[in-house]
Amino acid sequence: MAIIEVNQLTKRYKNGTTNAVDGVSFAVAAGEFFALLGPNGAGKTTIISILTTTLAPTSGTAKIVGYDLNTQASAVRQNVGIIFQKPSLDLNLTAEENVRFHAILYGLYPFRLTYSRMPTAYRQQVDELATILGIEKDIFKPIKTFSGGMMRKLEILRSLIHRPKVLFLDEPSVGLDPASRRNLWQYIQQVRQEHQTTVLLTTHYLDEAEGADRICIINLGKIVSHGTPEQVKAELVEEYLLVDATDRAQLRAELNSLHLSFSEPADTPHLKIKLNGSTAQQIIKAINTPLTVLKTHSPTLEEAYLAIVEHL
Amino acid sequence: MIEFNSILAIAYRDLLKFLRDPVRIVSTLIFPAMFVILLGNSFQGMTTDYNFLTYVFTGVLAQTLYQSTAMGIISLIEDRENDFSQEIFVSPVSRYTIVFGKIFGETLVSMAQGASIILLGILIGIPLTIQQAIYLFPISLIVCVAGGAFGVIIMANLSNQRAANQIFPFIMFPQYFLAGVFNPLNSLPWYLHILSLMAPMRYAVDLIRGVFYLGQPDYAHTVLQHPSINLVIVLITFVIFLMVGTWVFVRGERNR
Repeated sequence: MAIIEVNQLTKRYKNGTTNAVDGVSFAVAAGEFFALLGPNGAGKTTIISILTTTLAPTSGTAKIVGYDLNTQASAVRQNVGIIFQKPSLDLNLTAEENVRFHAILYGLYPFRLTYSRMPTAYRQQVDELATILGIEKDIFKPIKTFSGGMMRKLEILRSLIHRPKVLFLDEPSVGLDPASRRNLWQYIQQVRQEHQTTVLLTTHYLDEAEGADRICIINLGKIVSHGTPEQVKAELVEEYLLVDATDRAQLRAELNSLHLSFSEPADTPHLKIKLNGSTAQQIIKAINTPLTVLKTHSPTLEEAYLAIVEHL
Repeated sequence: MIEFNSILAIAYRDLLKFLRDPVRIVSTLIFPAMFVILLGNSFQGMTTDYNFLTYVFTGVLAQTLYQSTAMGIISLIEDRENDFSQEIFVSPVSRYTIVFGKIFGETLVSMAQGASIILLGILIGIPLTIQQAIYLFPISLIVCVAGGAFGVIIMANLSNQRAANQIFPFIMFPQYFLAGVFNPLNSLPWYLHILSLMAPMRYAVDLIRGVFYLGQPDYAHTVLQHPSINLVIVLITFVIFLMVGTWVFVRGERNR
């Protein structure tokens, strides 16, 4: 069952001359890790803002956990958690106060003036959270003193305390150093495993998207490619073998008899064999002509992605 | 119940923010003190049938309560720019709850300021009976929330903090005079009289004065109309400003 259903979603900003999001449709299954990948300005944040009900679409519909975005906004909000691109912690408050504020707004606990008067269940939850973050001592300190990575983690933990079914992450690793970034990803994976949370991630980093179950590449508000990382790769990336032999005529004849399509493009002195679905091993196994050159070309998604983004 | 708890939480956050900002605490008290001491005393030589210092004091008390709450509401714009309001606006609570929590929070802040102004008044010899203080308390609360609703309708039509900082003084400053905070309103030319009737702060100031001077000989010289009439006007404008303002604000947020 699809937990997120997006149908022909379109958004044109008030002063815009083009559509920031242009007829986008996709579905995300429960528990899936779905990545919206695209360069800056592709429309990723616009889509997230619409799906989290803070922005009205110009046209199109979307359902989250079965609730319609336009008519059941409150039910949608109750079921989703969001990590925004820009930090959304209140710097005037302590870590615990930020968490308490969130818990009350989501109706988990009644309002109390101080931490000690909050229900035991809440205090336990905060204790656990502080342990995960390793900030048992600093949980009651103003978060101004926290590092960027720590704040991000706190935001994620905060967004999870109401047990959202869908977690939106809008470029969550922007501004983090490599170690914090890795740490963050490990943590997100852990969250997915423990809570079976559906994750919708936007990113312009390919390596972050490659770990997703499915990728949707968007550019200029439109979907360019959509599928598993392998499918997207197959669709976008041309995989081929470069071969050569001392007796090139024999090689050509053999390739023809094997019905392998090949070419001799100008950019390489060798013969180029498109894989077309078969594996490099299958092809090599079939060739008997002694080869002098054998190169496999399997570009990364990054190369394919850059090719698309630059093409358009 | 969620809505009620959320109003308290949003309000508490505002109060905490105020209490943790010593510079803001001091600066919010300097202006009223300046107005009362400098203006009230410098015009004391003027021939009036009543104590002018007390007149200015009551005006400044009302103006501070009204304006401080209104200005506090504008901080929703700041929240939006700091992206903290995203956290509030994606939560399942009603948008009216958010705005109402904000008004309540800023009311608490203004009431703290109002208490300090009253203390200052007592120090400089403003006659204040316990009965007056008891009457002033609920009326001050009403003036604060009315100022808050006024803030909502102004904020709803402003796009960013810069615009707010530039436009807000133009909306507030003329009202000091149109509402008669430190000037008597009984000899205004007709066009200013019309503008004065349109200034929402006028009714808040007159309401505070009406309650303060109730049963005193200066009442006839200082109060424009009976507090009950002012109360009705203040409450009606409160409801209209709050409803329309919130609606426009939420619409503006979503329909960018």
